[in-house]
Amino acid sequence: MPIITVVSRDGTGRAVEMDAGMTLMEGLRDHGFDELLAMCGGCCSCATCHVYVEPASVATGEEEDLLALSAHRRDTSRLSCQITLTPDHDGLRVEIPPED
Amino acid sequence: MHHDVLIVGAGHGGAQAAITLRQRGYAGSIAIVGAEPEPPYERPPLSKDYLSGAKPFERILIRPAAFWEGRGITVLPGRRVVAVDPAAHAVTTADGAVLGYGQLIWAAGGEARRLACAGGDLAGVHTVRTRADADRMRLELPAVEQVVVIGGGYVGLEAAAVLRAAGKRVVLLEQADRVLSRVAGTALSRFYEGEHRAQGVDIRLGARVEAILGDGRQATGVRLGDGTLIPAQMVVVGIGITPAVEPLLAAGAEGGDGVAVDAFCRTSLPDIRAIGDCAQHANAYAGGQRIRLESVQNANDMAITVAKALTGAAEPYHAVPWFWSNQYDLKLQTVGLSAGHDTAVLRGAPAARSFSIVYFRAGRVVALDCVNAIRDYTQGRALVEGGARCDPAVVADITVPLKDLAAAA
Repeated sequence: MPIITVVSRDGTGRAVEMDAGMTLMEGLRDHGFDELLAMCGGCCSCATCHVYVEPASVATGEEEDLLALSAHRRDTSRLSCQITLTPDHDGLRVEIPPED
Repeated sequence: MHHDVLIVGAGHGGAQAAITLRQRGYAGSIAIVGAEPEPPYERPPLSKDYLSGAKPFERILIRPAAFWEGRGITVLPGRRVVAVDPAAHAVTTADGAVLGYGQLIWAAGGEARRLACAGGDLAGVHTVRTRADADRMRLELPAVEQVVVIGGGYVGLEAAAVLRAAGKRVVLLEQADRVLSRVAGTALSRFYEGEHRAQGVDIRLGARVEAILGDGRQATGVRLGDGTLIPAQMVVVGIGITPAVEPLLAAGAEGGDGVAVDAFCRTSLPDIRAIGDCAQHANAYAGGQRIRLESVQNANDMAITVAKALTGAAEPYHAVPWFWSNQYDLKLQTVGLSAGHDTAVLRGAPAARSFSIVYFRAGRVVALDCVNAIRDYTQGRALVEGGARCDPAVVADITVPLKDLAAAA
C-alpha cells in the first residue's frame, strides 16, 4: 500500500497509507482531507479535486482541458480522481492548491 | 436535544454545509438529521455507476462514516422532520423527538414524484432517488427482461443507458415531443434520442401513460392513452421531484414550488435558511427569475454561501450553474441555464459525437451544452459568466477556440 504525503492548504503535512486500487481523490477524502470539493464524485466532469503532485505525472487529454478551469494551475497539476493508486505511488507528495 | 446548527437533510447540500462550517472554524454544535438510514452519500451515481454495480456503496459515501464524529458533527439518520416551530426554534421528527436549534439549515431536497395513474404503487414500479430505490431495482433486475422507463429527463435516460448495458430490453416513454425538453434545446434532444435508439432503446415520444398493469401485486406492463400495451417486469419512473418543504410552508415560510430564499439563502422565517433542490431563489443566470435548481453544484455552492454567512463572511449566492450527465460513452457537461434562450448555435457535428450547443438570449451567451467536448465546456464558462455578446457565425466555427471569444468579449 503506497504511503503518500499530503500537504493541506494551511501548509501542514501528514503521511498516510492509502489503498491501492482507489483513486487519489478517494484516498484524500477517506483520510479526512476535506478541502477538496470533488463535486462530480470522480467522473472527470469538473475540476474541483485539483491537486499538485510530485513527482509530476501526465494528465489525460480530458483532464488537461478541465484543469484550465483552475486559476492555480501548475505543471504538477492533476485531477486527483484521475489517478488510480498503485504500490508505485509510494512516496508521492500531494499538495492541495489554493481555493478557486 | 439542542444544536447550535441543525441541518435537515443529509444530501450533498446538508453534508457540505456541515463540512464547510467546520473548515471555517465554526465551533458550535452541529447535527445533520436525515430521513434515510445512511450517512450522507452522493446521489448522481444512483442512476449511473451505483445502479450498474460499478461502484459499491462505500465509494459513493460523501465522507467515510467515521469522518462525521471526528469533526464533531452528529448525524441522525432515519429521522424525517415533520414539523418546524420557528418561535420555539425546534423541529419535530416523525418519531416524535423534538430537536432544538439556534440556526436551522433546511436541505431536505425533494421526493421523487410518483405516478398518479392506476397501478403506480405496484411492486416493480421504481423511482430513482435514494439508495434504497437503487437497491430494490438491482435486486429485481436479474429476473427482468423488459423495462419501461417513464420520463425522458436525465434520470430516465441515464437509467435507460445502464439498463441497456445490463442487457435489458428498454422502452422509454416521454410525454413531450422530445426528450430533455425541460432542460435542453431541440438539437441536444434529437442527438440523445438518436444515440439511445442506436443502442436499442425503443423511445416513444408523445406517449401518455394511462395505467400500470399488474397481476394484483407485481407490475406486468404499461398501457398508453392510445390503448397500446407494453409488457414490462420493471417500470422506472423518472418524472422529477417534489421539493420537500411542507413543514416549512406549514410553519409560515414563503414559497410555493420550493421555499423562497434571498441571496443569502434566508427564508422568510427567522434563523431558517434553505439550500439545494428545494430552495427557490432569484438566479442571476436565469435573468434574475426565481427558480429551483436540482444539481450538485447548486447544493454545494448554496451550502458554502450559508456556511460563510454563519461564520461572519456573508457573500451573496452568485455561482454559475453547471451540470453533467454520463450516458454510454457520452459525457455531457452543461454550464449556464438554457431555458428561455432565443438562439441555439451548433458548434461541431453531432455525427462526430463531439460537439457543443451554444445558447443565446438577447444576443448574449447564456449556456452551453457540451457533448464529449470538455474544452468547449471549460472555455465557454467564461462566456456565460460574462454574458458575452458574440457573433453566432464565429461561435459555430470550431477552428476558433471559445477562449478567443471570451478574450474579445
